[in-house]
Amino acid sequence: MIGAPLSKLGNRSPHEKSARATPPPDNKTPATGSSRTPLQDSYGIITPSGLHFERHHSGVPDIDPANHELLIHGLVEQPLVYKLEDLKRFPSVSRIHFVECSGNGRSEYSGNLGADPATSHGLASCSEWTGVPVKLLLAEAKVKPEAKWVIAEGGDACRLTRSIPIAKLLDDALIVYGQNGEPIRPEQGYPMRLLLPGWEGNTNTKWLRRLNVADGPAMTAHETAYYTDLLPDGKARQFSFELEAKSVITRPAGGQKMPGGAGAYEITGLAWSGRGKIQRVEISVDDGKNWKDAELQQAGFTKAFTRFRMPWTWDGGTVSLQSRATDETGYMQPTGDQMLAARGRNYSYHNNQIKVWYVRADGSVSHVAQGV
Amino acid sequence: MCVPMGACRMLRKAFSIGVLFSVAAFGQQARIGKPAGEDKIKAMDITVFPDGRGLPAGSGTAAKGKDIFKEKCAVCHNDQAQGREGQYPALVGGKGTINTPKPVKTVGSYWPYATTVFDYIRRAMPYDQPGTLQADEIYSLVGFILNLNGIVGESDVLDKDTLPKVKMPNHEGFIPDARPDVKAKR
Repeated sequence: MIGAPLSKLGNRSPHEKSARATPPPDNKTPATGSSRTPLQDSYGIITPSGLHFERHHSGVPDIDPANHELLIHGLVEQPLVYKLEDLKRFPSVSRIHFVECSGNGRSEYSGNLGADPATSHGLASCSEWTGVPVKLLLAEAKVKPEAKWVIAEGGDACRLTRSIPIAKLLDDALIVYGQNGEPIRPEQGYPMRLLLPGWEGNTNTKWLRRLNVADGPAMTAHETAYYTDLLPDGKARQFSFELEAKSVITRPAGGQKMPGGAGAYEITGLAWSGRGKIQRVEISVDDGKNWKDAELQQAGFTKAFTRFRMPWTWDGGTVSLQSRATDETGYMQPTGDQMLAARGRNYSYHNNQIKVWYVRADGSVSHVAQGV
Repeated sequence: MCVPMGACRMLRKAFSIGVLFSVAAFGQQARIGKPAGEDKIKAMDITVFPDGRGLPAGSGTAAKGKDIFKEKCAVCHNDQAQGREGQYPALVGGKGTINTPKPVKTVGSYWPYATTVFDYIRRAMPYDQPGTLQADEIYSLVGFILNLNGIVGESDVLDKDTLPKVKMPNHEGFIPDARPDVKAKR
């Protein structure tokens, strides 16, 4: 039988149903909130752009790049504006980096464990980003010596704003307009966003409209009231930018059913660190008593998803599966108990504890131990 | 052709150096950005710093803010800014809860700077119509919220000089990031 004809824009097979996990439809502020990447469905390290997680604070703006400008001003010799076409005149760079919301895994603090990889870890995604180093734009504007911070402002309805230490912008920060070979999606900041590799998602300002070079932080709502990490004594850590090493087994994982009985399987998952490359991922199949090194498919990318794999023979019984990542700084993922002891339950952000899945004799895989 | 060979090599070297140099020197040599005038900056710059830089002219009081709040804010935040459970955050209360198992983070209990309240209302509120409030209205709304929290008086005048001087109860509540703080051992 003759198949479908040519088309201008391809789509996935109608047999594939993978979708972002979205909040319940009765949410009264549907433009604020998050949707999660179905990490359990992913292969390799790149997240399809249409499945990249979303975190919006007042919806996705509809921006015509012809009417969009980026303003750089403040402590600079020459305030400047850039259109999208201007950015494309600079030498471009393409890099593979993850973006992760600092609230990813927050419910693990409260003991309300995520039931599948999307729910527990899906506020993280990985793309190839293309754009221009921010330092080239700052060099054009000629930053004054007293500059210490840059206030980055988005073009969404709430003008989401974060203060960024200028050292990060002069290091590996990009303003990106490309994502996985095409213009970045509106949900990811079309036509241009800030990309701060390894730093909490909300600092990667989407729909970037303004960089205000300053001598200190602006102390915006989203760096005081929100995205601060409350300790049991009532003090809150502020400007906690880096995302620490993390991993999650994506198969077999919570919400899944083992496709057969006892026998040969592959354990696979994703690991990442905001401090550099993933050096090692270990897997335990016996409640964390013994650990074996998994194979890293791609260890070369810094601040990017790293796929890990290990062949495994399931004996058909009840088994706990867990992974722990170590990054190139030597930092190793802690357990949930270690994290709670250090931070308490109100910390809310930056939870990178080891995630445990339980394979049951009936072939189901769950986030809770049997009988609990 | 290219004789002597030494000169040819030198030419090639100079050319490649020239290319590298122009890439490295982007910003000094070939400026791409267009100069931004004062008018454009003024139209776009809405940042308020904790020392008050960025605050506009104008003034307001809690007394004047009461009706504005009722008209523009109460639909979400409720009449006395107590919020609506599970949907819209409370702006008042929570005093003494921040170091308990159930912290209630509000403007009064958690926010460290009064200037942030002005900045956030101006840039983001009302949720469905941000950018529509006038400076006097914003000063009055800030006054109303701070007054409900017992931080300013009903007739205290808030403006670009007085607002940065308002000391918030949780002003000392924030510390630098101390991670990595959880040390796991193999």
